Amino acid sequence: MPEHPQIVFAGTGGGAVTRIEDYESAGGFAPLRKARSMAPDDVIAELEASGLRGRGGAFFPTGRKWAFVPKPDQLPKPHYLVVNADESEPGTFKDREIMLRVPFRFLEGCLIAAHAIQSKHVFVYIRGEYEQEFEVLRDSLEAMRKADLLGGVTVVLHRGAGAYICGEETALLESLEGKRGQPRTKPPFPAIAGLYAAPTAVNNVESITTATSVLELGAGEYAKLGVEGSTGTRVFSLSGDVVNPGNYELPHGITLRELVYDVGGGVPGGRELKAIIPGGSSTSVLTAADIDTKLDFTSLVEVGSSIGSAGVIVIDDRCCMVQLGIRVSQFYEHESCGKCTPCRVGTRWLTQILEKIEDGRASQPDLDLMLSVCDRILGKCLCPLGDSDAIAVLSYVDKFRDEYQAHIDLGRCPLDGDSSLEGILAPSAMHGRQAHEVAHV
Amino acid sequence: MASVSTRIEKLRKQYPESTSAVLPALRLAQEEHGGWLPPEALREVAEALDLTPAYCVSIASFYDQLRLEPVGRTLVEVCTNVSCALSGAQQVLEAFERELGLEAGTTADDGSFTLGTVECLGGCGWATVVAIDNRHRLRVQADQVPAIVQELRA
Repeated sequence: MPEHPQIVFAGTGGGAVTRIEDYESAGGFAPLRKARSMAPDDVIAELEASGLRGRGGAFFPTGRKWAFVPKPDQLPKPHYLVVNADESEPGTFKDREIMLRVPFRFLEGCLIAAHAIQSKHVFVYIRGEYEQEFEVLRDSLEAMRKADLLGGVTVVLHRGAGAYICGEETALLESLEGKRGQPRTKPPFPAIAGLYAAPTAVNNVESITTATSVLELGAGEYAKLGVEGSTGTRVFSLSGDVVNPGNYELPHGITLRELVYDVGGGVPGGRELKAIIPGGSSTSVLTAADIDTKLDFTSLVEVGSSIGSAGVIVIDDRCCMVQLGIRVSQFYEHESCGKCTPCRVGTRWLTQILEKIEDGRASQPDLDLMLSVCDRILGKCLCPLGDSDAIAVLSYVDKFRDEYQAHIDLGRCPLDGDSSLEGILAPSAMHGRQAHEVAHV
Repeated sequence: MASVSTRIEKLRKQYPESTSAVLPALRLAQEEHGGWLPPEALREVAEALDLTPAYCVSIASFYDQLRLEPVGRTLVEVCTNVSCALSGAQQVLEAFERELGLEAGTTADDGSFTLGTVECLGGCGWATVVAIDNRHRLRVQADQVPAIVQELRA
């Protein structure tokens, strides 16, 4: 495997840089000093020139997002930077490794972004399940405070408490305000009325960390990495039926074949590749025929999917695609916040129809009904959670229709108990057994 | 250790609006009350943040990590999302059920263990992920479960 340039994990030698002296002696905090010597607008211009786009899943240009935040004299309220460290898209585990291995590069990026949007208040909303990551950030932040690097900016580490929906930016803001994490109607967008109805930029951990590298390299050098429209590197999370799962920082535009076979060592046990989910469970599935697809924004759109959060799940020929549908749909059903009816009811309905198909109880109209439920979710909710379920299920039926049809025709699962997902059980299935009793207050 | 209300007061100062402190405050109260939020814990948080206990319930019931019912002294949660399920999470869960003598989703009568499943813990590349009291064990395989349970019982 050729050596690929590292900019997020640069200087780690495969390990972690958690001592501030080590980070600083390797050139750390020079990008921050550089940014602070520049006018905020010039920092934003540098980011726009770099072509850096958001790594959380929506791929929105980072510089443009910062440019949308009004200047303090245009809107004289406190400005906020909120970092989305609530990583919870199934198949995605990159932000966690970034926080563990390059905590200072990440926190430096927070301060660079704060300077760019002229904010003195940073909130890092970190997933409640990430204990070790929280501790590393807390200690790193303390070291930076002692080294007098914060420059009057307060950085608060705010821990979530287990809700996938809080990765959606407006739900995250609600949660940070101490409410149930339910998405808001947009507009107004967070740039105008975000946290406490004040101007707010919300960025993902990897985007913020990469911003440090953009300042370090300069926009021109950074943009030489990757491909047109998808500049720079990406931390791909590789998991599932693959020999070497893990996080790999690679330039945008490498192919799925390079990632799965050259880097990942291929499918174990000589089994056959059946399907690949390229960008977290919310993205459309691809088949073995798509193996030469490039991993960049445009190429994945061209094959009808999305780079999403770059969480690549490899699935071999033991997996029943109806069971995959059930498991994915159970997840969205469990995580639906309940605000929009199509999502609250539709995700549950999809799970039920999928279970009927898997059990061999379904007839032809059930399949049609399922597709029509997907259609009645898509684009009809405040946030993309319900859409994610519908997009995933639609793609499984689209790419593996024969297998879905076989369940109906045979009246049973063609894999007959041998699927790698056999016996799957989701938290939502648990709820039926243990009624959620609310203590009397 | 300072009292819960003193510590909540400190949390509250981190935020421009005090309601923002409700999640960290509930987490803190839960830790102080054996891993769940009995009515007195909800009242404590409510009083410290000028909220009502009912509001605190509405928050706690939304977030999976906040618990409104008692939980065992050791909490074992097996991730069963796609990547872990492809790597044998179901067998890992069954092994825990066998070794602990507990059905998933239940707590032992003596209050020693709660066993459950959990949605994606963000460790898909190190499947199967098992959270034991929120600390993640990575690459857990079914045949390692007896030794893990023995260690937890010791």
